[in-house]
Amino acid sequence: MTDTTERVLDNAPASAQPQTLTAQPVTFAKALNAALADAMEADTSVVMFGEDVGALGGVFRITDGLTARFGTDRCFDTPLAEAGIMGMAVGMAMNGMRPVVEMQFDAFAYPAFEQVVSHVAKMPNRTKGKVKLPIVIRIPYAGGIGGVEHHCDSSESYYAHTPGLTVLAPATVRDAYTMLREAIRYPDPVVFLEPKKLYWSKEVLDLAELRETFEASTAAPSIGRAVVARAGTDATLVAYGPSVPTAMAAAAAAAEEGRSLEVIDVRSIVPFDDDTVCASVRKTGRAVVIAEAPGFASVASEIVARIQERCFHSLAAPVRRVTGFDVPYPSPKLEHFFLPSVDRILDTVDELQWEDQA
Amino acid sequence: MIISIGNTMAHGATSPRPDLIEAEMLPSAVPVQLVDPAGAHTPHDTYQLPAGDGLLDAYRKLVIGRRINDQANALVRQGRMAVYPSSHGQEACQVAAAVVIDRQDWLFPTYRDTVAVITRGVDPLEVLTLLRGDWHSGYDPLEHRVATQATPLATQLLHAVGVAHAAKLKGEDTVVLALCGDGATSEGDFHEALNFAAVFHVPVVFLIQNNEYAISVPLSSQTVAPSLAHKAIGYGMPGERVDGNDLAALLSVLGVAVERAREGGGPSLVEAHTYRMQAHTNADDPSRYRSPDDVEKWIPKDPLSRMRIYLREVKLLDDDGETRIAAEAEEMAATLRDGLNTDPVVDPEDLFNYVFTEKTSQLREQADLLRGELSREQPSEDVTP
Repeated sequence: MTDTTERVLDNAPASAQPQTLTAQPVTFAKALNAALADAMEADTSVVMFGEDVGALGGVFRITDGLTARFGTDRCFDTPLAEAGIMGMAVGMAMNGMRPVVEMQFDAFAYPAFEQVVSHVAKMPNRTKGKVKLPIVIRIPYAGGIGGVEHHCDSSESYYAHTPGLTVLAPATVRDAYTMLREAIRYPDPVVFLEPKKLYWSKEVLDLAELRETFEASTAAPSIGRAVVARAGTDATLVAYGPSVPTAMAAAAAAAEEGRSLEVIDVRSIVPFDDDTVCASVRKTGRAVVIAEAPGFASVASEIVARIQERCFHSLAAPVRRVTGFDVPYPSPKLEHFFLPSVDRILDTVDELQWEDQA
Repeated sequence: MIISIGNTMAHGATSPRPDLIEAEMLPSAVPVQLVDPAGAHTPHDTYQLPAGDGLLDAYRKLVIGRRINDQANALVRQGRMAVYPSSHGQEACQVAAAVVIDRQDWLFPTYRDTVAVITRGVDPLEVLTLLRGDWHSGYDPLEHRVATQATPLATQLLHAVGVAHAAKLKGEDTVVLALCGDGATSEGDFHEALNFAAVFHVPVVFLIQNNEYAISVPLSSQTVAPSLAHKAIGYGMPGERVDGNDLAALLSVLGVAVERAREGGGPSLVEAHTYRMQAHTNADDPSRYRSPDDVEKWIPKDPLSRMRIYLREVKLLDDDGETRIAAEAEEMAATLRDGLNTDPVVDPEDLFNYVFTEKTSQLREQADLLRGELSREQPSEDVTP
């Protein structure tokens, strides 16, 4: 370990160096970068490729330093063609590799859609599990960054609707690290949705400790597991990815007004953790589901339906949604009207038939 | 100095493949042929006839391949299979593709390449699982190094590039032979696969079976390129075209391409000129888009008859040999008939077993639902006289 560390320290740029053993403020982007580096260090079959992921380190610098540290065989740029990236990942996985691919932006992943839906999702099923595809499709996704058209789509419903895809959306820096490492170690293909607006969010963390904890266990504690991000008693806010901080802010504001909101961070859209969500809703009797994507035929709709089917007799009010409007993602100067906001969440919570309680 | 700059512009530092010169990337002026439709050897400057025993063995596989293809077609008419895309007339391409690669190599077939997959040695009943309808793929791709038969066009070519790229990174001696049809060359994935293969310089041989039709649409509506093999130069790889009904020429041309890939020479593209003698599938009606006269023209170019005449002429094949091969083909057809006349047993639980490595709670619930439905149906069936 010491030898490896020294060798790497001598040769590598700062960004890809092994972490020092102290807690410090770490960005979401840095946690993802560290997860990739640690996964590549731990398993030589892990390869990272996509557009601009080499010398540039990715347009969001998530792959910063990986090529310098691991070489161009392990982290490399491809021609600019998303179906090509995805299709090549399928073949590399068939031949024993664990490809991690970056789709540069959510809406730029659409050219790869046929490969994702017809092969990544179906190959293991088609072959009765004889061909596993341990592929991670990293997608910087969703809005709130003032991005222009095609850079802010919330595309999770397309993937979640496709049987065979595991769909993850971390919301915290700690989860960014751990969930990406789980995804890379997972036997099935994972669509890993990275909320762009959280890339620069920070938590004080010890990345080395996170790595050691992760590597000491073979469990996948996040896949299929939601968490209670904030405990409460009066109503449940269900959110994932970029909407979790918004839900947390809403819960904090509600607390000042004397209302106790519980926040569930879904984390794993597929598989979905009915138990954690329903336990919370049965306790509080009220629920609001929050997501940036347009609400019609969405993951948020699915969550509402599942709560209604399972918790009907515990509900004091209809389950509500706060989602993006059913419009194409708006231009930067309009996006704040579109995105679920603390006020819109609180207004919706106010409408949960509290008068009946009196 | 000026001359030197000129050379650099043409083939030097600005070219990603300075080792390939343009003339070598362009295909032959006419498709390579080594045995003409009358069964006579037609010598070629570049390509040599394969050795006699290899050619005879490939002919044996060709006869068996045709018998399998015709038997499968018949089984569709008898209702034993849902559908079968016939490759009658194209069997030489299919046999050659399977024969020119070694055990450690990979084959990437399409839905029309059943004969290639069986020639590679996969159990015919496992191969026909897809078309019989009891599961999407019945064989183990990793065991046979044969990918699942691709139904979406050209998507498998990228998988072939990925397998080859992984093999290259791991230092494996693996060549990948990837099949597609003429229609597939219009797909974006065809372009991306050839470009990726060339950029990463991986050992893939792309074989286009140009059978002149994509269901009903003729090649002239797919492309106005001089030939499909001419597309290769645009990617910086060699292209070649070959008489797709000439088994000897196919073995020779593909053999050279596979050898080039194996020796680190990178990918290449081979276009085989052949013809789909029968309908796209049993659901198709070719009378709506081509005349019987068009099909008639291809009957004298049949891949079996010319090879049979040639092999008899050079005394590699006699009556006894023909009888033995015919018996072997009949035996294979009988195996198919027997296997497909038995109704497959399907397990409804399998619907849920292979979506993920571990069933999600949602899939467990849905499996319970179906199991409950089936258990309620069972007693009433039992009491039916």
